[in-house]
Amino acid sequence: MEPDVKMLLSIKNLHASIEDKPILRGLDLDVKAGEVHAIMGPNGSGKSTLSYVLAGKSDYDVTEGSATLDGADLFAMEPDARAAAGLFLAFQYPLEIPGVATMTFLKTALNAQRRARGEAELPTPQFIKLVREKADGLGISTDMLKRGLNVGFSGGEKKRNEVLQMALLEPKLCVLDETDSGLDIDALKIVAEGVNALRAKDRGFVVITHYQRLLDHIVPDVVHVMAKGRIVRTGGKELAHELEARGYADYVEEAA
Amino acid sequence: MPAVQETVARVRSIDVDQYKYGFVTEIESDRADKGLSEDTVRFISAKKGEPEWMLEWRLDAYRRWRTMAEPKWARVDYPAIPYEELYYYSAPKGSSGPKTLADVDPELLRTYAKLGIPLQEQEILAGVEQRRVAVDAVFDSVSVATTFKEELGRAGVIFCPISEALRDHPELVRKYLGTVVPATDNFFATLNAAVFSDGSFVYVPKGVRCPMELSTYFRINERNTGQFERTLIIADEGSYVSYLEGCTAPMRDENQLHAAVVELVALDDAEIKYSTVQNWYPGDAEGKGGIYNFVTKRGDCRGRNAKISWTQVETGSAITWKYPSCILRGDNSRGEFYSIAISNGRQQVDSGTKMIHLGKNTSSKIISKGISAGRSQNTYRGLVSAHRKATNARNFTNCDSLLIGDKCGAHTVPYLEAKTSTAVFEHEATTSKISDDQMFYCQQRGLSSEEAVALIVNGFVKDVLQQLPMEFAVEAQKLISISLEGSVG
Ligand SMILES: Nc1ncnc2c1ncn2[C@@H]1O[C@H](COP(=O)(O)OP(=O)(O)OP(=O)(O)O)[C@@H](O)[C@H]1O
Ligand SMILES: [Mg+2]
Repeated sequence: MEPDVKMLLSIKNLHASIEDKPILRGLDLDVKAGEVHAIMGPNGSGKSTLSYVLAGKSDYDVTEGSATLDGADLFAMEPDARAAAGLFLAFQYPLEIPGVATMTFLKTALNAQRRARGEAELPTPQFIKLVREKADGLGISTDMLKRGLNVGFSGGEKKRNEVLQMALLEPKLCVLDETDSGLDIDALKIVAEGVNALRAKDRGFVVITHYQRLLDHIVPDVVHVMAKGRIVRTGGKELAHELEARGYADYVEEAA
Repeated sequence: MPAVQETVARVRSIDVDQYKYGFVTEIESDRADKGLSEDTVRFISAKKGEPEWMLEWRLDAYRRWRTMAEPKWARVDYPAIPYEELYYYSAPKGSSGPKTLADVDPELLRTYAKLGIPLQEQEILAGVEQRRVAVDAVFDSVSVATTFKEELGRAGVIFCPISEALRDHPELVRKYLGTVVPATDNFFATLNAAVFSDGSFVYVPKGVRCPMELSTYFRINERNTGQFERTLIIADEGSYVSYLEGCTAPMRDENQLHAAVVELVALDDAEIKYSTVQNWYPGDAEGKGGIYNFVTKRGDCRGRNAKISWTQVETGSAITWKYPSCILRGDNSRGEFYSIAISNGRQQVDSGTKMIHLGKNTSSKIISKGISAGRSQNTYRGLVSAHRKATNARNFTNCDSLLIGDKCGAHTVPYLEAKTSTAVFEHEATTSKISDDQMFYCQQRGLSSEEAVALIVNGFVKDVLQQLPMEFAVEAQKLISISLEGSVG
C-alpha cells in the first residue's frame, strides 16, 4: 500500500516496551489534518505510553512498527526535532523547573523551534505581546508568567499552562494527555475554548481523556477505545456516550 | 557596536573547540631561571626595581615558605607540584616596565582582542547610561597596559600595576600590603609573597565613588610558568569601588600553577564589590592538563559600616582551592559572598568563604550555587564565626548544589562557631539533580539537551548572576553554558 501522504499522523503496528515489558502491542492510528481524535480507555492501557513514545521519551523502546508525522519518520528524530517538526504533547503531569521563569521558558522554547525551522527569532516586545494575548484568553496572570515554571502552580494552573504553550508554539499535531483532569468546571471550559480556538484545517488533535464531559466541549470527529496497548474500537462521538454508560468491561475482555 | 555585544557575539561563535581561549601567543619572553631560591626572589625584586624593604619582606616569606608544608585538608587530589621545575618569572620581552597602549607589542594586543577584552579606551555601552571599564591586563607575570589611567587620576583614584605602585606610592603599599593576608598566612599565600611578580593596585580616596568599573584580566601563556599575582585594593572612608577580574590560560598538557593573593581593605563607610569570572583552562575530559588554582582572597572591613562583597563565577581550572573571605572588624560592617562554582569533566573544586564576625552588629550573607557534572567533585567549604564581642552578629547562608548525571559529587562542609549567645546564624542547604523527566519536558518543547541544561542551570544560578555588573552577567551566562557542554547525552 502507498503511504497516505495526506495523513498527518500515521501509526502502523506499533509495539513498544518499557524495561522489557511490552505496553503497546500492535497499535494502529491515522489522524488526518483538521481532525480531532479522542482516545479513551482503562487505566494502564497504555495511553500515556503512546504519547511518550510519539514524543520520544528515552525510557521506551520501540520494538516494531512505524509512526510518521506529515510523512516524516518520527522515530528517526530526537525529541526536540519532533517538537520543531510540529509535535506537541500536553503532559498528564507537567514538570516543575525552579528558577526558570515561565516567560523565559516560553521564549526559549519558541525561539529554539523557530531556529530549528530556519526562522528568525521573535523580537522580545512582539513575543511579550503575543504571550500576554494568549495568556489573557486562558486566565493566566502576569504574575504566574513571572514565577518559576509550574513551581507552586495548582493542578489546574499547570494544565492551563500546557495549553498556553500549545497556543504559542502552534504545533501541527497536539496530543493532550488528560488535560481535563484536575480542572474545575470553569477551567474546563476555558481550556476547551483554548483548544477549540486552535482547531484548524491543517492541525490535528489526539485528546486522551477519561470523561465524556470534555468531549461535550471539544467535540471529536473520531473516538477510539484503547485497551492493553491496542486500539480495540473506533467510532463517532456517540461512542463516548456509550462508554460513559457501559464502561470498558467488554473491551478489556476482547483485548485479552 | 558596543564592546559588550562584541564579546557576547564572540562567545557565541564557539564551535567544536570547547575551550576557546586555548591559543598560545608567540612572543619572546624574558624568564627567570627554573626553580626557586633566594636568587630567584632577588631576581624578581631587581627586575621590578623594588625598594630594599620589599626585597626583605619577600626573602622573609621565602625562608618561611621553605619550612611550610602544602595544606592537605581540601577535598582535592592531585600529583605533587614540582616547585623546583617551575619558572617563577616570565615577562614578554621588552615589557619589564609599564607602557602606554601604543608601546604594547601588537601581538599581545591581538591576544587581548581574541580574549574579548576592551583594552582600547572605548566605551562600553549598556542601556541608556554610558558605562566604562578600566582594564589592567596581566600577561604571565607582568602588567602590560592600564587604560583610563588619566581619567581615574582626575578623580584621585590610583589604578596601576602593583609594581608601579611600589615605585610611585611606596608609603601606601607599605602601609597596607600583607595586613589582610599576612606573608605567613598559608603555604600558597607565603609562596606568593616571596615571588609575586605583578597584579593590580587600587586606592580610592576618601568620599570618592570610583567613576567606572575597574577590571583586570589575567592570562598565563608561558609553558611551566606559575602565575603569582597580588592585588591590593584600598577603599578609604566613604568611598566605593567595583572591581572585576577575569582569567584565562591556553590549553597545555602540563598543569600550571596559579597562586594569587587578593587583599581588600574597606575603611569607615567604604564599600568594595569584587567580582571574578574565572575561566582558566580546566584540562581535557580525561583530566590531562589544566590550571591548579590555589588562591587566597580576603577582605577586611576595617572601618565602621564598611561593606565588602565577593561575587565569583568559577568555571575553569583543574583544581580550585579558594575561599574569598571577610573579616567584619568594624561595627555594623557587612560581608557578602555570592558564588557560582561549576565543575565538569575531571575538575575538582573546593571553594567557599569565611565570614569572621568581630565587630558589633555585623552581618553577612552567603549564597553559594555549586553545579557538578561529568566526573567532577565540587565541595562548598564555609566558616561563619562570631567572636565574643560580636554582639548581634547575623549570618544567612544558602548553599545549593545541583548535580548533572550520576558520576559527579557535591559536598557541603559548613562550620559554624558562635562565641556570643546573641549571634543568629541561619543555614539553608539543598541538593538537587536535573531529572530525566525535566530534560524530556524541555526537549518536547523544542530545546536541545544542551539548551535544556543551560536553561535549568541559569535558573539555578540566577540569584548570583544578578550580583555581577550587568556587562559581565551576560558573558558569565554564556560561559556557564560553554563549560557545561558535553555534560549530557
Ligand atoms: N517504568 C515502568 N516499568 C514498568 N511498567 C511501567 C513503567 N511505566 C509504566 N508502566 C506500565 O505501563 C502501563 C501503561 O501505563 P500508561 O501510563 O501508559 O497508562 P495510561 O493508559 O496512561 O493510564 P492512566 O489512564 O492511568 O493514565 C501500566 O501498566 C504501567 O504500570
Ligand atoms: Mg495516562
